[in-house]
Amino acid sequence: MFRSILFGITFAATLCFSSLASAVTNDELKELREQVRQLKEQYEKRIGALEQRLQEAERAASQAGTVAAKASAAADQAAIKAVQATAQASGRASGENAFNPAVSLILNGTYGSLSRDPSGFRINGFVPTGGEVGPPNRGFSLGESELMLSANIDPNFRGTLIAALSPDDSVAVEEGYIQTLGLSNGLTIKAGRFFSAVGYQNEIHAHAWDFVDAPLVNKVFLGNQFADDGVQLKWIAPTDTYLALGLEAGRGRKFPGGPDGGRSKNGFGSGTLFAHVGGDIGSSTAWKLGLSHLRTSPQNRTYEDSDSTGTTVTNSINGASRLWVVGGVLKWAPNGNSSVTNFKLQGEYFRRSERGDQIYDTTAASLGTQTGSYRTHQSGWYAQGVYQFMPQWRLGYRHDRLNSGATTLGLVDSGALTPADFPILAHHQPTRNTLMLDWSGSEFSRVRLQFARDRSRFDATDNQVFLQYIMSLGAHGAHAF
Amino acid sequence: MKNRLNFLLGVCLGLVMLQAQAAMKVVACEPEWGALVQEIAADKATVYVATTAFQDPHHIEARPSLIARVRNADFLICTGSDLEAGWLPLLLTQSGNRGIQPGSPGHFEAAQFVARQEIPQVLDRAQGDIHPGGNPHFHTDPRNVTKVAVALVERLAQVDTANAVFYRGRGKTFLDRWQAAILRWEQQAASLKGIPVVVHHKEWTYLQAWLGLHEVGSLEPKPGVPPTPAHLAQLLERMQRQPARIIIRSAYNDPKASQFLSQRSGIPAVLLPYTIGGTDKATDLFGLFDDTIARLLAAVK
Repeated sequence: MFRSILFGITFAATLCFSSLASAVTNDELKELREQVRQLKEQYEKRIGALEQRLQEAERAASQAGTVAAKASAAADQAAIKAVQATAQASGRASGENAFNPAVSLILNGTYGSLSRDPSGFRINGFVPTGGEVGPPNRGFSLGESELMLSANIDPNFRGTLIAALSPDDSVAVEEGYIQTLGLSNGLTIKAGRFFSAVGYQNEIHAHAWDFVDAPLVNKVFLGNQFADDGVQLKWIAPTDTYLALGLEAGRGRKFPGGPDGGRSKNGFGSGTLFAHVGGDIGSSTAWKLGLSHLRTSPQNRTYEDSDSTGTTVTNSINGASRLWVVGGVLKWAPNGNSSVTNFKLQGEYFRRSERGDQIYDTTAASLGTQTGSYRTHQSGWYAQGVYQFMPQWRLGYRHDRLNSGATTLGLVDSGALTPADFPILAHHQPTRNTLMLDWSGSEFSRVRLQFARDRSRFDATDNQVFLQYIMSLGAHGAHAF
Repeated sequence: MKNRLNFLLGVCLGLVMLQAQAAMKVVACEPEWGALVQEIAADKATVYVATTAFQDPHHIEARPSLIARVRNADFLICTGSDLEAGWLPLLLTQSGNRGIQPGSPGHFEAAQFVARQEIPQVLDRAQGDIHPGGNPHFHTDPRNVTKVAVALVERLAQVDTANAVFYRGRGKTFLDRWQAAILRWEQQAASLKGIPVVVHHKEWTYLQAWLGLHEVGSLEPKPGVPPTPAHLAQLLERMQRQPARIIIRSAYNDPKASQFLSQRSGIPAVLLPYTIGGTDKATDLFGLFDDTIARLLAAVK
């Protein structure tokens, strides 16, 4: 490799010279040729010498034990030299592109067969009810392709960008953040756009999910996945048992904050506190528990509903939202060796209270715009287990349950409107059962079959079948526990 | 006032001294490096080993307990050459520990001090789980352990200067014993030269080169890809024509494939410890190679 690079340089040099050749005389040309020949000879000699030195150094290093007894430092140098020479000879990337960030690309696609039209999807009792939180399409569809770039910026910082290329030809910045590397004392600061540490599932990238879609709680309380623009401070306690405490301050640019894009205001629009503990039980089991709290002040959270006259109206909610999440994950593998069989148990409980104002019919399309108070206490949970029963094959089951709880609407209490004007907010307890089987050709490819019986809608059960592939190309970062 | 100042100074001094006396906290990614640190540092270091011989070092979960240990570590010793690519980077970025980040003296990567083999010419995942930096299982050749030990002594002396003389002294004693042991093992294993072997995974490249074993096949169709029935059938057919003498696997390999091939072909399947703790006798680095050679010799008898 080294040799070919040098030849390349010589060749390039020759080319350079030859382009000048038209302007020079024959004698000069001869002289130049001679110089190039000499150059080549010199380099070959030097390569030969280098190779010999490498061999000698390797020999020296292998005998280093005896040498070391007398002069360990000298042998250390020899070993290091040998390795440096090997590294040179091994032809690792060099020059400018050696510092290129790690690039990885995730490709995924689904085939869906649903008994109910996904365009009419809603989770009754909750806002939001459609759009981004709906299931994948019927038939074939390309999922979001993720393009990931990451590298250490310098000894102090690391940078990551994850762009989501949507099948509708739009590009979104899913995450884009910098993170400190060497603050010491267990401190890490993240800044930019990143998945919030509220709950366990929220921080996991879609390509690493154990099911095709997110748990219902993540859909209704976090709009699938909550990534805000902000800052995260995290501290790991100096104990042998893992204890991490953290806080986040963000813009509140998205549901459950809002309005979309965030308010024009100094300070911050969302705040998160979290605590994680974790450890091992013997060598086979590892666990992690978390408690987190997210505060946002939603403004202009709009949704569509069909009122008592049958007209589609746009309603809006402004106020304060408080979300608590408690959950955990437990992973088991015989002797901690997950290659043959392993089991993963995961579950989370969400509880949210919101209070504020509700504006009915903001566009005055039906009975006229009216404002009243709004108050809800809602909760939900999911539990899932995924078992790898033989190498490459995993079977998983998930149960989802939501409780729309007690919703108090000022406009209904005062008699101005009736519950029939807010059918989506009527009390409902959505449930879903999901079963999946997946096969992983390697850690870079996975094909999955999933069945779900979804009772998110009031009036209908949706039977869903999905076939999905998820593949990752290029450098692939490690997955968090 | 002065008294108070003196008292404070005393406390500070006491704390500094306490810190100086406290053993260095070492996290070793693999048991072999944990054992090596113990040989050289003895009671000057408390060693936490992140993996066991029953775990595949390519596939480890970045568990909370590991993050906690790395966060508190003064010194980290790992194989490198991308063996830990699936989990170590995460431990490093999450630890918030400046002292053990790559490039700092507290971060020791053994692969830097060893000439690696099987450095791929072409990097293509269609070739399986290949390592751009070369085969990382180099500790299966004890001569590589020598190289790492030599560099480790110097590094420990650099990081913990107060005990530099101690480390150099222990290092010399270890290397003398190690050198003698290598000669002994080479004599014991002389009869193994040239014997054909089948391996489960390419973990034994360096052991083969050292002892002169001749690899004629592997149970994995490609590195890191679990054995498939079709590949095993093909291998079995080849073994019936040109039988190998032994089938080698490590403690963390699934035994099914090598047992299958062994039963059908009559070639003995051997479990080698691979690292400390892989077998009952592999309790330290010397035991590791004693038992490895003994098991190979017993199998070809």
